[in-house]
Amino acid sequence: MDFAFTPDQQELRDAARSFLAERYPAERVAELAESDAGWDPGSWRELAELGWLGVTISEERGGAGLGSVEQAILFEELGRALYPGPYFSTVALALPALGPEEQARVAAGEARWSAEVDGLVPDLALVERVVTDEGAAPAEGETLETTDSTRRLGRLAPGARDPLPGSVDRARAFTALAAEAVGIAGRVLEWAIEHARTREQFGRPIGVYQAISHPLADTYVEAELARSLAYWAAWSLDEDAAQAPVAAAAAKSFAAEAAVAACERSIQVHGGIGFTWEHPLHRYYKRAQWIESFGGFPAAQRAEVAAALLDQN
Amino acid sequence: MRLTDTPEEAAFRAEVRAWLAANIPTELAQGRPREDVEAARAWSRKLGEAGYAGLTWPEEFGGGGAPYSHQAIFLEEAARAGAPQHLGVIGLGMAGPTIIAHGSDEQKGRYLSRILSAEEIWCQGFSEPGAGSDLASVRTRADRRDGHFVVNGQKVWSSFAHIADWCLLITRSDSESQLHSGLTYLLVDMHAPGVEVRPLRQITGEAEFNEIFFTDVQVPVENVIGDVGQGWSVAMTTLLHERGTLGFALTGALENAVQKLIALARERGVRDPGLRERIAREWIELQALKLTNYRSLATLVQTGIPGPEGSGAKLWWSEANQRLTKLALELLGPEAQLAGESEWQHLQLRSRGNTIEAGTSEILRNIVAERVLGLPRSR
Repeated sequence: MDFAFTPDQQELRDAARSFLAERYPAERVAELAESDAGWDPGSWRELAELGWLGVTISEERGGAGLGSVEQAILFEELGRALYPGPYFSTVALALPALGPEEQARVAAGEARWSAEVDGLVPDLALVERVVTDEGAAPAEGETLETTDSTRRLGRLAPGARDPLPGSVDRARAFTALAAEAVGIAGRVLEWAIEHARTREQFGRPIGVYQAISHPLADTYVEAELARSLAYWAAWSLDEDAAQAPVAAAAAKSFAAEAAVAACERSIQVHGGIGFTWEHPLHRYYKRAQWIESFGGFPAAQRAEVAAALLDQN
Repeated sequence: MRLTDTPEEAAFRAEVRAWLAANIPTELAQGRPREDVEAARAWSRKLGEAGYAGLTWPEEFGGGGAPYSHQAIFLEEAARAGAPQHLGVIGLGMAGPTIIAHGSDEQKGRYLSRILSAEEIWCQGFSEPGAGSDLASVRTRADRRDGHFVVNGQKVWSSFAHIADWCLLITRSDSESQLHSGLTYLLVDMHAPGVEVRPLRQITGEAEFNEIFFTDVQVPVENVIGDVGQGWSVAMTTLLHERGTLGFALTGALENAVQKLIALARERGVRDPGLRERIAREWIELQALKLTNYRSLATLVQTGIPGPEGSGAKLWWSEANQRLTKLALELLGPEAQLAGESEWQHLQLRSRGNTIEAGTSEILRNIVAERVLGLPRSR
């Protein structure tokens, strides 16, 4: 048993964090979130050059030939930065359904995809094609006003579908969302800590009050438990296929709730400022809730886990 | 990252599992060792002879010199098998590591091997009626006279004190001192004249804990650990070890409880979606705790210090155990009130102590807030 990140994995995280901090500071994300496009299309080329679009695709097909743990590291960092763009849609939702040639096009940054889940398509306007249960559809339809404007949902127009080799892999999608949720929880906790250390009331930093510090301690512990589950789910995708769906459902349910709770506590600790549009917290809160709802709220994932524990022989 | 045993770890796990299956005495298998002290002592001796006591202690002190992963595996397997505790948990987990870190060569030679062999049982004399979470306000006095200290005072919440041979005692040796200074850490013979132990009956009806009264107890100066007046830093070593690999023992016990909960739910054919979801939540949190222990262990192996992510292990475990045991009562329905109907009533009542013993949840949240998150001190 060795639940440690390798030096290469740590390097990947550090590189991702500094790239995203430079390209996507909170002000830039705010600007994109409020723009019509909702993202910077130029970023796709950069992600391709970084090798992020084909992390788990083999090197022969132009990918990085790495594993799901490396993929989860990127999702955690992208969640932390609240990167707006169809990365989750393309890499986590659609990629496993595509054939080898199309996967190579994705890795090269030549194709952007999403998938239809529960009748909704994330990033519909930002992609070219969509994975559906009936096959591949052109990304035509209506983009709907979405609370999280960094990941807008759309509805596909009816029409012909082309055959596809695979379908959405819920375990991969849930694992990616769990990792994003961990990134969100970590970031909003950091803001809350910073605020609790510097904001003074009654002549002392508010972090001395246990009504402030204890919920933050809980947030830290929950975020770490969520992180353990997310990387367990990622590891299971590559190493233990039988366990992967349950691990992913467990990770998604716990991490989504941890991220939503982390945002809510951070907003509360920030007081009035946490409730303003100006502070970036609300965008994290909205993304956390987006994650919580996608593919079913956490109660639905726990029902899946319960079925595995209670109904199988 | 590798979330399975190495071949070497798997072999050790198989060896432990086989040994436990062959050796757990049937009269103790239900896990209530204190009711039959002689049987528990015999079991503890057996663990020592098999090399499972002091697995990670250095070999020069009779330990196994094994990596921490072996300790984790042993604790997991022992819990899974329902093995009774080694009677010397305080000796193994607290007295031994404290003596190894701060003791003299004579002290190491005198005490360590007898901890491993369960020849001598230890208890802890830290808390007092007026010093619980605020440990630094202890008032038990140790007055220097000739070649010894004279100890007077009262300690409380001492597990094993009624059968212990030795006590790890924090005393105030400088009556003018306050808080962390002027404390002296003594090893006290529980059979010495003036030591009186009274059991404390708890809400389960059992008496796991005791009060200890010290009246003019003479303790030789060579029984000081560390320096006179420096007891606080020695005590911190003891508490660090109390909270060290504890996580694996806790999640091992929790895993047992979750498996029993699942078995109960299957037996009752639970269909209620709300109950099913809550059962799933307990299983999920157990996985999260186990995995987080392993992350903390990976940091311990790399740096010699457990990772900060493990600091919430006892805090979360205690609350999970309270939730889980109440859920089991709910599955039992109204018959949950019939005492003796199942072990759940006892486990549920016992779980209320989990958020108090070995650091209250309030103190543990302070520790996470101050030492991990870097928030300003609340006191």
